[in-house]
Amino acid sequence: MHPIPLVAAAALAALAAAHATAQGSDPNLARSLAATCANCHGTNGVSVGEVPSLAGRPKDEIVRKMQDFRKGTTPATIMPQLAKGYTDEQIELVAGWFATQKAK
Amino acid sequence: MSIQRRDFLKALGAAGFGTAVSALPGCATTGGGAGGKVVVIGGGYGGATAAKYIRMWSNGGVDVTLVEPNPEFVSCPLSNLVIGGSKQIADVTVSYDNLAKQHGVRIVRDMATGVDPATRIVRLASGKELAYDRLILSPGVDFMWDNVPSLKNADAQARFPHAWKAGAQTVALRNQLTAMADGGVYAISIPVAPYRCPPGPYERACQVAWYFKRAKPKSKVLILDGNGDVTSKGPLFKKAWAEEYKGIVEYRPNHVLTDVDVVARTAKFEVQDSVKADVLNIVPPQRAGAIARSAGVVTANDRWCDVDFLTFESVKVKDVHVLGDAIQIATGMPKSGHMANQHAKVCAAAVVALLSGQAPNPTPVLTNTCYSFITDKEVVHVCSVHQYDREKKTVLPVPGSGGVSSAMSEIEGRYAFNWAKNIWADTLA
Repeated sequence: MHPIPLVAAAALAALAAAHATAQGSDPNLARSLAATCANCHGTNGVSVGEVPSLAGRPKDEIVRKMQDFRKGTTPATIMPQLAKGYTDEQIELVAGWFATQKAK
Repeated sequence: MSIQRRDFLKALGAAGFGTAVSALPGCATTGGGAGGKVVVIGGGYGGATAAKYIRMWSNGGVDVTLVEPNPEFVSCPLSNLVIGGSKQIADVTVSYDNLAKQHGVRIVRDMATGVDPATRIVRLASGKELAYDRLILSPGVDFMWDNVPSLKNADAQARFPHAWKAGAQTVALRNQLTAMADGGVYAISIPVAPYRCPPGPYERACQVAWYFKRAKPKSKVLILDGNGDVTSKGPLFKKAWAEEYKGIVEYRPNHVLTDVDVVARTAKFEVQDSVKADVLNIVPPQRAGAIARSAGVVTANDRWCDVDFLTFESVKVKDVHVLGDAIQIATGMPKSGHMANQHAKVCAAAVVALLSGQAPNPTPVLTNTCYSFITDKEVVHVCSVHQYDREKKTVLPVPGSGGVSSAMSEIEGRYAFNWAKNIWADTLA
């Protein structure tokens, strides 16, 4: 392969990366979103209190619970109000991230 | 680099802090990770969380120094329970040790006295200097004593505790209440919003009433509010005063304090009649902590610091970020410990990204959860979720989300204690 296409490919890749960032695909988006839950559910979803840990819970389970909170089918105090603040896409991201975390 | 700075870094290296030298500007760690040197001023909910999360999210690549004069973290949230007497100050006190042991945060027990943004140097009360690539100010609030002229000296402040910074002041107020004879009056003066912890004064009134109801039933609680109405959880607090604390609590709006007569123990107001009290708890008007002034980041009404909500970087001074109660809040954003912790995480993510040469997250989200104790066990909440609005370049509450409790409950009391355990660990462990 000639050096010129290589450089061009690298430049294209860099452009694509810059474009992706500008479009909001932060590689740490799921992690940062999940950190909004940590005040009550513990750092990285590992709770040190009575409220359940989220670390290591299956993604589908977390998504289902959040959607039930949003629909009001699970009676609760604070979670129905908080769950309505996140988009479907954000709930998927957060749930997926917690599912990959180690439960302690 | 100045000679002083080089010598200081050398001194740090000699003291066994080798990372200080490898963490100079431009010395990124391998693999494109973040490197550099961050100084955090203030170890409250904002600063301590930022210090921990920058270490955690940079995999230890960013060198973090936390400057905090207090030996331990004393939580303002839950400290009203100490004033009511159902908890002790030790119950709301947490060590800073785990920030160093678990996360490698360098803790400097000192007071920051000056910032030079041009040379990126922080000056400390001890005379030492700290160099930074990025500075995070989480200075909390200072009191505007000019608005309460008779309380401008330390002696008067000791006699009329604000207890609006948890610790010795909290204990001092509790001691005044225990020393007060039954049949006495406790009065709390609330400043015009914005101030630290909107529901805090009303929760405090409940906790003092809880104590009086059991120990001093002939005593009264007077709420002298500078605002036109209860600023947070209004219907829930008013219900508690009308029912749980009927005959004990009296609420008086539109009481803007002008001064205190320290001899007569009397609060004076712009319009309303003066009020005498046996225990007079003055919560003065507030502004960003003094170090914000030194750094030149105070931009709003000579009180608060405007920030870019993508990074919490000052809109005015490059490489200086501001967190917590010191910032000029966005719409619907309370000055709370929970919110300061959330500011810190957005800021930490942005700082790590910027020190790695990456763009910060363009869509940050913040939450707030605030529990207020009506009794020693029964609690009400307010909560909100705030998403970044790209057009308005600010964070806004999500319509239809958030809200308050339907009524006080013991289950929310359990959640409140859980919240404290988890946020203290999330901030400090």
